[in-house]
Amino acid sequence: MKLNTNSNSYIIIYSAILVVIVAFLLAFVYQALKPMQDANVALDVKKQILYSLNIRGLDGSEAEAKYAEVVKAETEQDGQKFYACQIDGKDIIVASLKGMGLWGGISGYLSIDDEGKVYGAYFNHESETAGLGAEIKDSQAWQEKFIGKQIWDENGNVVLSVVKDVKDPNTQVDCVTGATLTSNGVDAMIKACLQNAEKPSDTVCCGTEKTDSCCQKTEDCCTETETKAEEE
Amino acid sequence: MALFSKQNKEVFTNPLNLDHPILGQVLGICSALAVTSQLKPAIVMGLAVTVITAFANVIISIIRNTIPNRIRIVVQLVVVAALVTIVSQILKAFAYDVSVQLSVYVGLIITNCILMGRLEAFAMQNKPWPSFLDGVGNGLGYAMILVIVGAVREFLGRGSLLGFQIIPDACYDFGYVNNGMMTMPAMALILVGCVIWVHRAYFYKEK
Repeated sequence: MKLNTNSNSYIIIYSAILVVIVAFLLAFVYQALKPMQDANVALDVKKQILYSLNIRGLDGSEAEAKYAEVVKAETEQDGQKFYACQIDGKDIIVASLKGMGLWGGISGYLSIDDEGKVYGAYFNHESETAGLGAEIKDSQAWQEKFIGKQIWDENGNVVLSVVKDVKDPNTQVDCVTGATLTSNGVDAMIKACLQNAEKPSDTVCCGTEKTDSCCQKTEDCCTETETKAEEE
Repeated sequence: MALFSKQNKEVFTNPLNLDHPILGQVLGICSALAVTSQLKPAIVMGLAVTVITAFANVIISIIRNTIPNRIRIVVQLVVVAALVTIVSQILKAFAYDVSVQLSVYVGLIITNCILMGRLEAFAMQNKPWPSFLDGVGNGLGYAMILVIVGAVREFLGRGSLLGFQIIPDACYDFGYVNNGMMTMPAMALILVGCVIWVHRAYFYKEK
């Protein structure tokens, strides 16, 4: 008997069986490869954090070892992650950033030294235009422009910004040519994510070095620790 | 029928010259433009398309007599989509960097005209083995162009091949500048045009 491949019931049964087979196959592949994919994603995050600490060009196992050596602690606050790191005896905090670019999400890591300045930066994107918006990820030179910029003013407001016309080289970074909207996205991301971040000067002002700006705003914190010390 | 009979050889070699998918049939141009700014993703993309075309051809060819004519395109799409998803998962697991670079383009293989064209024009009428050869041939033909264009673009645009710097620093000191235009998709179109021109002028013979 020859099957009538054009009958309606044959078509329906045929497509149902096909879809079930394909679904099982895909589910199996997904399950089988998931652990390896997760490991890759985790390694990629570690590499990005190292990039933001100006450690570039390491491959898999080297990056893993370096990460373990540099990053001391990991904290999370409202979904934003902070990594406490130590490089050459300096305490550095890496903050994760998340924001909106032109076509999709953008993210990044910004490392902050103990004076509240940028130590290094790395940005990533999902679907910005290659050669224009994608430069925030591809151009190491652009990311290095952030190094040494002041992030907060005396009142704790974020002053680090990405602008078209740099007026204050201490806080402003020139935006990417031809990618104004992506650059604006980076600017907004930095402002939104660092506004509530813990400022390094809050925590170090009671240490050995006291700078003017630090003691102005953290008098309370210093007296608090002093009283605590007395109590003890 | 012998595995490498004259007919089968033609099936394999035709897409490399006379019936070349990009040069002759002008299919699959869009992805050829997108992923060729560097050599490595171009090679991976070429391999991925070769594997997927070959296996999709075989699968469709095996089940060609059971496929209901009215939904044949749907069936072809399901098979291709499943294969593409598997390849993209494998890339994510074993070549994460490349999969990030290729990003959406692996997924877009599903809509690559070469695939649908070969399935509809060849695999639906032929036995599995010739279909496999046809798929490999077309995939390699496609990969060939990707590699040529990718190599030229990376060499002129970044001064490197496969990420290794080729043009010595001394040249840059003398004022040599990488051609930024080469990293843009527009130059890929022009390069593909040049390749087609050379091919037509020197290698192409009318049947």
